[in-house]
Formats: sequence, C-alpha cells, structure tokens
Amino acid sequence: MRKLLALGLVGGLLAVGAQGVMADENAELVIDGKTFVTKLKAPADSPFDEILSGWRFRTDETQALQLDDFENPAMISAQYGEELWNTADGADGKSCADCHGDASESMKGLRAQMPKWHEGKKTLFALEDHINWSREEHQKAKPWKWESQEMVAMTAYIGLQSRGMPVNVKIDGPAQEWWEKGKELYYTRVGQLDMACSHCHENNYGNMVRADHLSQGQINGFPVYRLKWQGMGSIHRRFKGCMDNIRATPYKRGSDEFTALELYLASRGQGLSVETPALRN
Amino acid sequence: MRIVVTTALALLIGVSGANAGAMKPGEVKIVDGAVATPLTDQAGDPEKGRQWFLGRKLGNCLACHVNSDMAKEPYHGEVGPPLDGVADRWTPAELRAILVNSKEALSPDTIMPSFYRDSGFNRVAEQFAGKTILTAQQVEDVIAYLTTLKEK
Ligand code: HEC
Ligand code: HEC
Repeated sequence: MRKLLALGLVGGLLAVGAQGVMADENAELVIDGKTFVTKLKAPADSPFDEILSGWRFRTDETQALQLDDFENPAMISAQYGEELWNTADGADGKSCADCHGDASESMKGLRAQMPKWHEGKKTLFALEDHINWSREEHQKAKPWKWESQEMVAMTAYIGLQSRGMPVNVKIDGPAQEWWEKGKELYYTRVGQLDMACSHCHENNYGNMVRADHLSQGQINGFPVYRLKWQGMGSIHRRFKGCMDNIRATPYKRGSDEFTALELYLASRGQGLSVETPALRN
Repeated sequence: MRIVVTTALALLIGVSGANAGAMKPGEVKIVDGAVATPLTDQAGDPEKGRQWFLGRKLGNCLACHVNSDMAKEPYHGEVGPPLDGVADRWTPAELRAILVNSKEALSPDTIMPSFYRDSGFNRVAEQFAGKTILTAQQVEDVIAYLTTLKEK
C-alpha cells in the first residue's frame, strides 16, 4: 500500500513536470536487456509509412519509467494478477493455476493474438471476455467487471507473459466481419467536435494538440498505467476517454463496437512488440 | 412539443438566454464561402473573443493553432495552420463562415470543429445534444478578436 502511494505521488509530479518536453527520437525501449520493437516499416497496405508505438511519443521521463520494472507502477497491478492467478475462487474452488499451471508457459503469446475468434461462443473475444468465460465455465465464479481492479490486474499479468512478442492478430475468417466493422468505426466522425479516430491518430500523429503529443493510438501496451489516471486502465477505457473528449456518447466497455475497434487497431500495430503492462501519461 | 421542451431546457441552462435575438444555427447560410450578416446585433468584443479563443471548454482554438499574440500561453497546437496575420487573409464575413461551419467553408475533410452548428452530428453526448460549441455572440467576439491579428 505504501509503495502504491509513493508511486502515485511520483507519477503526479512527473505528469506536471514532464509536459511539453519532447522525447529523443532515437531512444530505444530496452527492458532487462531485451530491445522491443517500437518502430517498424509498415507493409504496403497499411495507412502508415512507419508503425510507431505510443512509447516513442512520450517524454524522456515518462519513457524512463517503463525501462525499469521496479519503477513501472503498472507492474504492481501485474503482481496482483499473479496473486489472483494462484488463488482459488468460485463454486468449484479452483484457481487459474490449477488448470493452466505456469502462466509463463500456458499464457505465453495469448495477448499478442487478442482479440480473437472464440469457436465455442461464436463471437470475437477480447482478453477480458476470455477471462470471464473461463471464470464462469471452469471456476463457476462470478464474472469480473470490465474495469475492476481484478480484471485489469489479470489482463496485465496474462499480457506480461507475451511481453516482447510481436502483435499478431488474425483478421480473416470469421474475424473479418469484425475487422470491417472496426475500420468503419475508426473513420466515422462522432460527437459535437465531429471527429473520427483517424483525424487525430492517422492524419495528425506527431503533432501537438495543446499539451498532448499525438501518437498513432496503438494498443500494444495495454492495460497501461496512466499518470493522468493515477492508475491502470483497459483498452476500452482509453477508447471511452477519447470519445468523451470529442463530446461523443461512448460505446460500453466490452461492447461489440469496442471489441471490433480493438481488433482493427491491433491489426494496425501488427509487428510491434507487446509492451504490457506499459506506462503512459 | 419537442421544441417547447428543448427551449425550456436551454433556458434553464442559460444557453438560449445568452442567444436572445441571435440567428439560429439552421438559419445561417454560407454564400461564396462567407456569411455577410453578423449572427447578433451586438458588435463582437475582441477582448472577450481572446478569452473564448483560449478557453479549453470553449473555442480551444489554441489546441490546434499557433498564435504569436498568445506567445505567453503554453502549449500551442500544431494541427492547424498558425493564425498569425489571419486578418490579412480573410474578411470578417469569411472568418464567420469558417467558424460557423468549417466543413462547408474550408473542406469537408477538415478536422476543425464547426462552432455554430447544432445538428447533423453522430452520437453527440447527451449534455451537448442540440447545442452549439460557441454561442452566436461568442462567435462574433472571436471574429472581432481575429480581425486584430494582422501582420502588417
Ligand atoms: C481530438 C483528438 C483525438 C481523437 C479524435 C481521438 N483520440 Fe485517441 N488520443 C488522443 C490523445 C491526445 C491521446 C494521448 C496521447 C497519444 O497517445 O496520442 C490519445 C491516446 C489514445 C490511445 C492510447 C495510445 C497509447 O499508446 O497509450 C488509444 C489506443 C487511442 N487514443 C485510441 C483512439 C480511438 C479508438 C479513437 C476514436 C474512437 C480516438 N483515439 C480518437 C486524442 C484523440
Ligand atoms: C481540432 C483542430 C482545430 C481546432 C480546435 C480549431 N481549428 Fe481552425 N483549423 C484547423 C485546421 C486543420 C485548419 C486548416 C484547414 C484544414 O486543412 O483542414 C484550420 C483552419 C482555420 C482557419 C483558416 C486558415 C488560415 O488561413 O489561417 C481559421 C481562420 C481558423 N482555423 C480559425 C480557428 C478558430 C478561431 C478556432 C477556435 C474557435 C479554431 N480554428 C479551432 C484545425 C482546428
């Protein structure tokens, strides 16, 4: 608890002090001696020339917090996720570990492929959907709320098992329809400010809007610890925030719309390293 | 019935109160990229316009435009062109059109919001539904301020 508070304080100070300072363009994200792909040449059918992680758009100070797991406050959430992984829950009194064993083996690579088609439920599953399905199906436990501490911690912990692996989502087969839907949402103007995601994250990444340095809106780091939130948040929380900012009525977290948008965004970041759990401002 | 309800609501919040005697958004016509008639009978106030330009909950123009007249303010955006000398490039009537409906006056693809439109939007948040970003008087104030931005 004390550690959480201390980190919150540091985060708050940095959030104020670091604004407006540009990051070194050539900085590389290296954690534990492993270099992450935060920049790559985009394939011909991409709307981008270069695919860039949101990490590259952050200030030196914010970037630095992600280089060291002891300084990255998002790791506290992932640790809580590990605790939950090993804790029995639900009517059947089983923990995740009872069925899935060592997460570093059984969960490796999963986050890099999310969201993905679920054959049993015949729908597109975000990581959160997978977790709740398993809770209901295997643990006979109550589903977690999308943005609950537990859910965010578990997605952080499971995501961590894919850290450093390239984003690799499937957009063909039954997922294709969802991808198309996500693409449509991405380019649709919404809200009183009448903007689409593309206006900021495709046409204007690299530019400042007031104090914010616009990135490509990649999702390879989620769930993230956001200094502004003083806490962790899911991909869908970020979507909601952007829609609120343009004075639109956001879709619900976990809605088909947001899951479709998530697939589409993931596909635009194909090849970036998973950074979960990342840190942003 | 619908109209009565919205007006009552707007009056409560004080939106249409500030707009008394103003041209309604639906009545404003852009002709040849310009709106010749002011939206209200009260002349715009450049000092107030400067505030609306800055205000994050109002024009927030600085979010996207560099403006050297506000060099002391931090964080000028880079999304739109700098507005230095904007009065040398556009007449007040043209500026009015740009502010009212940028999609019609500048380009259908522009990111710039339309500040005096109240319909035709998609999924507007409830608290902003049926409302304009700026009031008619605020638009006139911003135009009055923009006409002070001359290079020569
Ligand atoms: C008015 C501009 C604007 C619009 C429109 C907008 N965003 Fe954002 N978005 C931002 C800003 C500013 C940030 C924080 C800085 C950054 O990473 O770009 C952000 C951040 C994000 C991030 C986090 C990126 C990271 O690496 O942490 C995601 C994901 C995102 N936006 C998705 C979306 C989606 C999806 C939409 C459309 C529903 C959208 N945005 C619309 C301004 C916008
Ligand atoms: C979200 C971004 C954004 C905001 C907010 C914004 N603008 Fe713009 N504006 C633009 C862009 C971009 C252009 C250039 C046209 C284009 O390429 O779409 C532009 C163009 C203009 C122009 C004409 C260009 C010229 O020659 O200088 C004027 C005048 C203008 N804006 C004034 C304003 C005022 C006044 C406000 C606030 C009340 C404002 N803008 C708010 C993005 C914005």
